[in-house]
Amino acid sequence: MAEIIQVQGCTKTFRANGVETQALRGVDLTVNDGELMMLVGPSGCGKTTLISILAGILAHDGGAVRVLGEDLGAMPAAQLPAFRRRNLGFVFQAFNLIPALDVLDNISIPLILNGVKRAEALERADDLATRVGLRDRRHHRPTQLSGGQQQRVAIARALVHDPRLVVCDEPTSALDHHTGEVVMEMLRSIALKPGRGLVIVTHDSRIFPYADRIATMDDGRIVSLKSQETAP
Amino acid sequence: MMRIALLMLTADRGRFIGIVTGVTFAALLITQQMSIFLGLLGRAGAPVQDVRQAQVWVMDPSQSAVDLDGVRPMGATALWRVRGTDGVDWAVEHLRVPIAVSLGDGARRSAMLVGIDADAWVGAPPTLVQGTWEDLRRSDAVIVDEDGATKLWRPNPDGTRRPLAVGDEVEINDHRAVVVGIARSTRAIFFAPPMWTTVERAKTWIPPQRRDVSYIVAGVAAGGDPAAVAAAITARTGLRAVTAPDFSVDSSAFFAANTGVPINFGIAVILGFLVGVAVAGLLFLQFVSENLRYLGALKAMGAENGLLVRMTMLQAVVVGAIGYGLGIGLAALMGHLAGGGTRTLAWEMPPWLLLGTGAAVFLIVLVAALLGVRRVITLEPAVVFRG
Repeated sequence: MAEIIQVQGCTKTFRANGVETQALRGVDLTVNDGELMMLVGPSGCGKTTLISILAGILAHDGGAVRVLGEDLGAMPAAQLPAFRRRNLGFVFQAFNLIPALDVLDNISIPLILNGVKRAEALERADDLATRVGLRDRRHHRPTQLSGGQQQRVAIARALVHDPRLVVCDEPTSALDHHTGEVVMEMLRSIALKPGRGLVIVTHDSRIFPYADRIATMDDGRIVSLKSQETAP
Repeated sequence: MMRIALLMLTADRGRFIGIVTGVTFAALLITQQMSIFLGLLGRAGAPVQDVRQAQVWVMDPSQSAVDLDGVRPMGATALWRVRGTDGVDWAVEHLRVPIAVSLGDGARRSAMLVGIDADAWVGAPPTLVQGTWEDLRRSDAVIVDEDGATKLWRPNPDGTRRPLAVGDEVEINDHRAVVVGIARSTRAIFFAPPMWTTVERAKTWIPPQRRDVSYIVAGVAAGGDPAAVAAAITARTGLRAVTAPDFSVDSSAFFAANTGVPINFGIAVILGFLVGVAVAGLLFLQFVSENLRYLGALKAMGAENGLLVRMTMLQAVVVGAIGYGLGIGLAALMGHLAGGGTRTLAWEMPPWLLLGTGAAVFLIVLVAALLGVRRVITLEPAVVFRG
């Protein structure tokens, strides 16, 4: 089975005001092709740091991190933005939809960043909006949508450019149980195709059944890694 | 992405209007105050500009400005020496003497007696509202400035006042003078209204002096260079000779250098600039700060610093351009409504002032943009995962 992510002995230390905080103390992790990996653990255990490193938006100090076959530690910083916009999709806890833009414009942002013409970008965004059930809301602004609808827009935005790796930060924390289930089913069905991977940081135990594997972190390390046969 | 930048800018109407208003008021204050200042400077040289036939003005070497630093008369031979200079086509006396006018009701008011050439009426203002310049040939004739006529008012029998009119008699240094016309001159910086008569008559109305030639105004022979002729006059006579435009500018410069007016207007202009920087800059910085989470999300999604900087600069330039347009538009409107360009309000709004205001506004938005851009560049994309 091909590996989307390979992390070996990854370390990260933050320094602020002369104080050192070791956020990652040698993480080993592999995410396989077509796999939904969940990162769980208490606050401050290093989940956010790890997902930031995997997404190429934070540099690690030691160890090796390969994402989609690329050694992120060896990649020049100037190439990282292009790597991210071509290969990664993001779903943020707070959605981070731009309030000034309507649903279609928000969804089309990754395409615009990748140089797709606006007309084509809007066409593809419209298709995604339909797939996440927001066709009748495609000209609404984020403030006119419910939390669940906003998260569906965020998912459509993360997937519209067909990325190979999608990273999600607490995608269901602001949603009720039913909406959370809808969002997870949507993520699984659209994001997980051959050659793709999905990493989700979460505290929400209700969505654990959707994971293929769950990595539990504590104090900057992965303390357990469990496979789930029950993933839908 | 530039379209998205503009949508982000205009979505928060209140803040957008706030930033534009800051730039607008800066542009308005700078343009309006400078226009009045330039108008006042222009008025300092107005008596020179009104003698339209004169290409060269000749005066005592210590004279710096028209009217503003008094008059230091020259000797009678000065006129002949000027006329004898190569390149001079014609030269006539131009007398300017501050006087007190008795209006018949016991009141005395200040005025400027202007003696003009009676052959070609050199020195007369361009517009005559009532009468003719030939009327000045009549006995004791004087022509009064239109605005001055309202200042040199006469009492009516019922106690009300009326402007001096054709046919009225006044006294100048115990000499009878009869108003035979009303002329319109460019308003000068000081109140003393001009009253025109012939040079010869004017000299009989002022106390006799050994030196009684205030100025000599001259024309240059066809094809001649006024500056070169002025230099030749100075070399030949030892008197100060300058071209009419230079003398007008000298008078404005004298006014600027010898009054506190430039400092006062300068303070207002600097305040306008600082208000613009403070209001527009801080509101723009606040706007950028509130959008950092979205800019961070864009950065995480692969937007490069260069793109985000261009977006931020575009937003700053747009508010700057709108604020600038509104500011100078409002300044022009205020000037127009307040009588700018007329005799009421000292007002001059040359193209270079608009360019200067544009440069100041550009500086304001540059400061605002740099404050915002700095935050964008230093923004870590990982912030989007930190809640």
